Amino acid sequence: MIEVRDLKKSFGPQPILDGVTFKIEEGESLVIIGRSGGGKSVLLKHIIGLLQPDSGAVTIDGEDITHMDERNLIRVRSKFGMVFQGAALFDSMNVAENVGFSFRRERKFTEKEIAIKVAEALDMVELPGVEKKKPSELSGGMRKRVGLARAIIYHPSIVLYDEPTTGLDPIVSDSIDKLIMRVTDRMKVTTIVVTHDMRSARRVGHRIVMLHNKKIYVTGTPEDIFASADPVVQQFINGVADP
Amino acid sequence: MTSFAQKFISDWLSGLGRFGLLVAESLASLFTFKVRGRDLVYQLYYIGVKSQTVVLVTGAFTGMVLAAQAYYQFHQVKMDTATLALVGVSMCSELGPVLTALMVAGRVGASIAAEIGTMRVTEQIDALRTLATHPVDYLVVPRLLAAIIVMPILTAEAITVGIAGGYTVAVHLLGVDPTYSWHNMLRYTTIPDFSIGQIKSIVFGAIIAVIGCYKGMTCRDGAEGVGHATTEAVVYSSITILICNFFLTLLLGRLFHII
Repeated sequence: MIEVRDLKKSFGPQPILDGVTFKIEEGESLVIIGRSGGGKSVLLKHIIGLLQPDSGAVTIDGEDITHMDERNLIRVRSKFGMVFQGAALFDSMNVAENVGFSFRRERKFTEKEIAIKVAEALDMVELPGVEKKKPSELSGGMRKRVGLARAIIYHPSIVLYDEPTTGLDPIVSDSIDKLIMRVTDRMKVTTIVVTHDMRSARRVGHRIVMLHNKKIYVTGTPEDIFASADPVVQQFINGVADP
Repeated sequence: MTSFAQKFISDWLSGLGRFGLLVAESLASLFTFKVRGRDLVYQLYYIGVKSQTVVLVTGAFTGMVLAAQAYYQFHQVKMDTATLALVGVSMCSELGPVLTALMVAGRVGASIAAEIGTMRVTEQIDALRTLATHPVDYLVVPRLLAAIIVMPILTAEAITVGIAGGYTVAVHLLGVDPTYSWHNMLRYTTIPDFSIGQIKSIVFGAIIAVIGCYKGMTCRDGAEGVGHATTEAVVYSSITILICNFFLTLLLGRLFHII
């Protein structure tokens, strides 16, 4: 279980998060929505310990990671897989080296075993046979899939997605949504998706939380959120600019 | 005190703190042997083998110009055969290590900062951390270790070609007696001179690698941030090398009893 308690974070004089609190149960798929620059990605990075809050706490399976040093966080992060907004593939490596990166670092498996696991992970994301390609040779959607394969190859129990459909056409976005749902169902992982794509939020989330004015503004099932009469929620769902 | 001065001092101190932490973390990782052989070999190739041309050309022409200048001065006091001795001592203890370090700082320091800086702004360093890999183990230590290993070798090469260039100019171009020149060079260029140069080169290698990595890992977002980090890596490495060289000359001179 993941618990975020009264999280506060500022960059210089600019507050980004001001008392964010919520819980995520094991196996749940949670979508965090909110406007661009509203702190969604910052919140996600706190959950995996890439950023440290000014105050508040993040606990993962009862363990407070807020003030852990980087070496201890490495142990906690082995529970996580993360798909970055721009995929963050290592551009000096080919796809196979990217996907098998964590296994090569651990030195637990032979090259042959790693190659089999890489092929399995690429099959899972419907991208077989691209092992030798460089990230620069892949399209945006393919890069996201390779990023997902890299995140799930070691069977983490929590997978984080930072804007997984941003910059993709509707058809590729749809395929990424299906992939997220498939990974959540087949691997029984806890999923957290940060997005402002409402179509995607509705499809992949068991629950949606909306970040607004640096706090959690509303929480509910996708049905609750889409049926909400709250003007702030409605404005966001319908994509209406401020008058 | 103005708020600008306060901010400057605060930023400077926090930067110094971050740099200190990076050095401490790098040393801790270095002595726990977390570096992978494959990563180290690649860095040895990139920093060592690919720097050969620039270091050899710099060493050769420095030795040649030093021989020419020394000859013009010594010739006036009928000490022509001391030319090569001056070239030997200068190349071994000062010019060899310093010029090699400055050339490597320009080529490798800039490249390290640009590569790691680009990794930072494209979230590749965050991706490393999510893949349970400490960035210092993966990015800093192989570069630091490789720089420490290759710098004495590159410096020795620069010294060798510098002396060879100086010999060629002095003997074949300016007509200095080869036997006395060679004899004087061996007489006045001692093991401590060469050792001082080698110790300096190890320190300079560490400076280039750590400053390059630090500037890359702390660079600001965007292409402009990477550009600044690259420039700062070269400028700060070069200045640090020149300042350290002065103190190392005094310290090692005392240590080897030549000052």
